[in-house]
Amino acid sequence: MLRFIARRLAGMLAVLFAVSVLTFLIFAVIPNGAPEDRMAGPNASPGQVAAVRREWGFDKPLYVQYARTMKKIFTGDVVSYVDRTNVVDEIGRGAPRTFSLAIGAAILWIAGGIALGLYGAARAGRAPDRLITVLALAGVSMPVFWLGALASHYLGFEARIFPDGGYAEIGREGVLEWLWHLVLPWSVLAVVLIGVYSRVLRSNLLDALHADYARTARAKGLSEGAVLRRHALPNALIPIVTLWGLDFGAVLGGGAVLTESVFDLQGIGQYFADSVSRLDVPPVLAVTMLGTFFIVAVNTIVDIACAAMDPRIRL
Amino acid sequence: MVDEDRHAGVAVAGVGPWRLALRRLRANRVALAFGALFAVLVALALAAPLWGDLAGTSPSRNHLSDTIVIDGQRRDVVTEDRVPIGPTWRAKYFLGADGNGRDVAVRLLYGARNSLFIGLTATLISLLLAVTLGLLAGYLRGWVDAVVSRGLDVVWAFPVLLLGIALGVALARDGLQIGPLSISGGSKWIPALIIGVVGAVYLARPLRGLVLSLREQDFVEAARAQGAGPLRIMVGELLPNLASTVLVFVPLLVANAILLEGALSFLGAGVRPPDPSWGTMIGDGVDLLTSAPHLTIVPGVMLVLTVLALNVLGDGVRDALDPRATVRPER
Repeated sequence: MLRFIARRLAGMLAVLFAVSVLTFLIFAVIPNGAPEDRMAGPNASPGQVAAVRREWGFDKPLYVQYARTMKKIFTGDVVSYVDRTNVVDEIGRGAPRTFSLAIGAAILWIAGGIALGLYGAARAGRAPDRLITVLALAGVSMPVFWLGALASHYLGFEARIFPDGGYAEIGREGVLEWLWHLVLPWSVLAVVLIGVYSRVLRSNLLDALHADYARTARAKGLSEGAVLRRHALPNALIPIVTLWGLDFGAVLGGGAVLTESVFDLQGIGQYFADSVSRLDVPPVLAVTMLGTFFIVAVNTIVDIACAAMDPRIRL
Repeated sequence: MVDEDRHAGVAVAGVGPWRLALRRLRANRVALAFGALFAVLVALALAAPLWGDLAGTSPSRNHLSDTIVIDGQRRDVVTEDRVPIGPTWRAKYFLGADGNGRDVAVRLLYGARNSLFIGLTATLISLLLAVTLGLLAGYLRGWVDAVVSRGLDVVWAFPVLLLGIALGVALARDGLQIGPLSISGGSKWIPALIIGVVGAVYLARPLRGLVLSLREQDFVEAARAQGAGPLRIMVGELLPNLASTVLVFVPLLVANAILLEGALSFLGAGVRPPDPSWGTMIGDGVDLLTSAPHLTIVPGVMLVLTVLALNVLGDGVRDALDPRATVRPER
């Protein structure tokens, strides 16, 4: 167990290094104008541009620039190229918003996915199962930004049932307001993901129901429902939990850019999208690394959980 | 198929696995109906210039100050307070105009071309990359496998949408130049390339696993005994055995590529304006949802229909190629 965690940590460091180098290179190698030109402004003299270049170290070799930026990210001193705001502070401001979105939506989509998957498998081939299959496919085919924009406009702006986007801090506006602002983003994000989970679970359950252990359980005299819940479900759940780890980690690290933008939650993902459109490298680098960190970290936890659930899996 | 005699029990003697799969697919009415819907959408996209001629405009032409006569009444295409005309159900402005007075129906059809082009090109890139990487890593193993697998790990751990946006924005300005290969900034090859690379990861992993198990089979051993080299074995022996797995992934890859293209374009990191894309059309329309809801709803419905058609068709293809399909109780 400890050795597994140590190995994963080492792997995570390697992946973080690779991802950060890759992201840095994307913006350094691809010609999109030198950052000092943009920072000095359109009317700057060559002298001013040179001064900016020296001040920010753009005259240094790439690996020095990379090392400096990375060092600043870890000491928390990294600032935006565009407005010199501290990137770590900005991410700290977005984090509660993104985490609120991610945790609520993740609970909703895994619970919904398991419930619908179980229901569909128990009634495989009959009308309710077909209806669920159709709904799941429709959800999976839905662009989240479109669904979100329509929900925010018609249920929020027009009907005034929900707030028209934005985020409410628990500390300042109370739990109810916070909940109220998040119901739509949670639901929209869950709707497009539930289908994936319910479909995978349903087909895994159907496979499990044909396994030898399910036949043994039936031969013991267990009811079909008990076979489904106690024998098929635990075995069918493992791929679902692995999938959930990937999605949850991505959303925690700003992967739900679209949902955050459409509902104007001002989370980490939206910060990333704004920064990238201004070619502001430090925030882009920091958020990408954070996203990678969460994906790897959540997956490590999920792997440990899977090993606990299934004695056949050795860490 | 890998294992011919597993079929012997269920299949009619003398019917090959491919024909069997086709027979199963033909019996699946729902999948066929959605496949037909996709074919109609492709035909509509191909017919875009025809509709453009009929409507007398091109996808990026503005008609801000034009007027149109409907039922004897002369109306502005875009009113003074910038409200565009809604659907007229006539050749001109069949689905209304957008904020710049551009014909929504014409833009929709040209947008379909862009979405389909990017979706199909990205899928081809994914297939090419994934099959090559899967074959190399799975057959050669050793350091090749180590390099490929670690590379896939990195892209796998990368937040996909963030990577796509970063690449899209970075490349959009001045394009890409690697040796003789050069892509200009506004090119549709940029989103296609990005989406293709990202999609390859989902396919390369299962293919590598499949190749790892296939290479231990007798027919590979036989080929090796006949003196076949690694390339010959990979292309001649292993590749045909990957076909059914690859085929299952194709509709789903296209569907995901089209969705991702829409998302990137919506965020301004995909198709460059004024070139139409369903994603940019939705992005432009959202601000006018109150006065002109058709601008958001119409391209969104097209996007959902296209992706749904591909997903249902993909489900049907998977069921048809699944050798266990006939023993499942629900069919």
